[in-house]
Amino acid sequence: MNHLESKFGQFGGMYVPELLIPALDQLEQAFIDAQNDPEFQKEFMDLLTDYAGRPTAMTLTRNLVSNPTVKLYLKREDLLHGGAHKTNQVLGQALLTKRMGKTEVIAETGAGQHGVATALACALLGLKARIYMGAKDIERQAPNVFRMRLMGAEVIPVNAGSGTLKDAVNEAMRDWSATYDKAHYLLGTAAGPHPFPTIVREFHRMIGEETRAQIMAKEGRLPDAVVACVGGGSNAIGMFADFIDEPSVKLIGVEPAGKGLHTAEHGAAINKGTKGILHGAYSYIMQDDDGQIEESYSVSAGLDYPAVGPQHAYLHDIGRATYAAVSDDEALYAFQLLSRKEGIIPALESSHALAHALNMADEAEDGTIIVVNLSGRGDKDLAHVHSILGDQINE
Amino acid sequence: MSNKNDRYGDMFTRLTAKNEGAFVPFVMLGDPDIATSLEILKALAEGGADALELGIPFSDPIADGPTIQQASIRALSHHIHPRDCLKVIQQFREIYPDMPIGLLLYSNLVMKPGLEKFYNDAANAGVDSILIADVPLREADRFIEMAAQTGIKQILIAPPNASDETLAEIGQKSQGYTYLLGRAGVTGAETAATIPAHELIAKLTQYKVAPPLLGFGISKPEQVKEAISAGAAGAISGSATVNIIETNLSQPEVMLSKLREFVSVMKQATKK
Repeated sequence: MNHLESKFGQFGGMYVPELLIPALDQLEQAFIDAQNDPEFQKEFMDLLTDYAGRPTAMTLTRNLVSNPTVKLYLKREDLLHGGAHKTNQVLGQALLTKRMGKTEVIAETGAGQHGVATALACALLGLKARIYMGAKDIERQAPNVFRMRLMGAEVIPVNAGSGTLKDAVNEAMRDWSATYDKAHYLLGTAAGPHPFPTIVREFHRMIGEETRAQIMAKEGRLPDAVVACVGGGSNAIGMFADFIDEPSVKLIGVEPAGKGLHTAEHGAAINKGTKGILHGAYSYIMQDDDGQIEESYSVSAGLDYPAVGPQHAYLHDIGRATYAAVSDDEALYAFQLLSRKEGIIPALESSHALAHALNMADEAEDGTIIVVNLSGRGDKDLAHVHSILGDQINE
Repeated sequence: MSNKNDRYGDMFTRLTAKNEGAFVPFVMLGDPDIATSLEILKALAEGGADALELGIPFSDPIADGPTIQQASIRALSHHIHPRDCLKVIQQFREIYPDMPIGLLLYSNLVMKPGLEKFYNDAANAGVDSILIADVPLREADRFIEMAAQTGIKQILIAPPNASDETLAEIGQKSQGYTYLLGRAGVTGAETAATIPAHELIAKLTQYKVAPPLLGFGISKPEQVKEAISAGAAGAISGSATVNIIETNLSQPEVMLSKLREFVSVMKQATKK
């Protein structure tokens, strides 16, 4: 039996081989104990503060919005150690790994951001990390592969399937089913089987909590909307969690529309997908008429995933959150605009959220306050964006 | 239509009378293509298989090692649909009306058409049992219910790390047979099964689970013999069977005769 709710309405669950159930139960129990253990909480908070750099700043943009009464704030997860929000939950799960007496960590990575976060946490806490990465992604993300290796992680290429994130998850789960006695599977997003979506949300919820405190201090009221990009959905659920019970705050997720929602090349599981099971959870997924999983696509590797976390599927179905979609071109434009107007180079993932927030700001009523979760910085994307734009930068 | 047969029950009765265990080979339907697939099933039966365990290819088989992953990829490269797989079973069923046939597949292939349609189509094709690799007991109730409605046996997995609570639940809910995992990990002949101690099998008997067939890492007749003397009702061999297909893709006649030979040797080892 589960001690925490394993489903969000009809979504979520534990669709994994029976063999993995004891390991997931052990993880759930360790998480419950840790949440009630002041010592664990203190160690986690200390790491977040002294090592990772929390709380992160919240920045009011100066030059992006034409209506002077509309305020667009950026929650600066790009300033976190590691360059993205991912460090939060990785530190939490790495501490859980130690708490369970395990010495090894398995992880999957697409663009390499979760792999880098895992590698740094394992280096810090003395855990042995092996990270599965699609062979194609290893080629595309060479600097992150080097970062992981520098920090002592083993990077294992996955040639199966399309050689991208989905296949890396498959391989990580296969590894775990043979090694759960000594290894923890440190899943990188708010997807997968229970209890991962809940753990990842709780280890990212300080994003929304800090946002609430910061906006109350600056504006004396809650924002009208919070906006975040959604691949698997970890930064978005971290931003949303503290506002779900505040009906005045619109929750807006932004999916990758890739080359357009009318094409097959996108990663918009909620907007264009259908219900099904991938990687242990029932959610919206991209699949064909038989139920075979389709390849997703996005210019941003971190959003290139053919499913979405089950809580997002639920928030969509009950109408509590809305999910927009932004194309490669719109994201690339926002990427350049933030660099040019505010001196901040955002991750391509976060550029999706920003692009949508800019459209909202243009049409917003006077006095509207919007917060965008700037989930990561764009250093990792420079070579990729350079190769797309050449030297034709929008000025 | 509902499957009113109890082919597994009949098989175990017949084998017990002969003092034999069951040998059950696994192959992926549609591997390497639909036409050869039917010939492969016939070869397995001619070799002496007591029952067949058959996969439907899936794009993301998380419980399978490289051999069975490759079998899925070969089948999917020919754009095999689940309905094509059921057609092969239907054709085979006409030739072998009494042999138990089980499906082993992943949940999304069942979810997409919907449980009711999938189980009914399977029953109509002559399927006796369904095992869903990524549906653990905790998610199994609605599948078990649909199985009951359509006369199909829902096969449950007993892993080596199962708690007493899990084994007791399997005891209450299992039908047909119980898939006893020979070891942790994914499918594959590379890592041999650890034949479970008499203790685990004794526990299975104590909880009255459906007859246990040992699978995962079974590739040699000695393992079959050992499994049966440890108290298993038989053994399932997947990757070793699929290996024979993979290594003889260019010579189908040789492939079929090697499959017959392999099954015959493995079957021989079930005789006590």
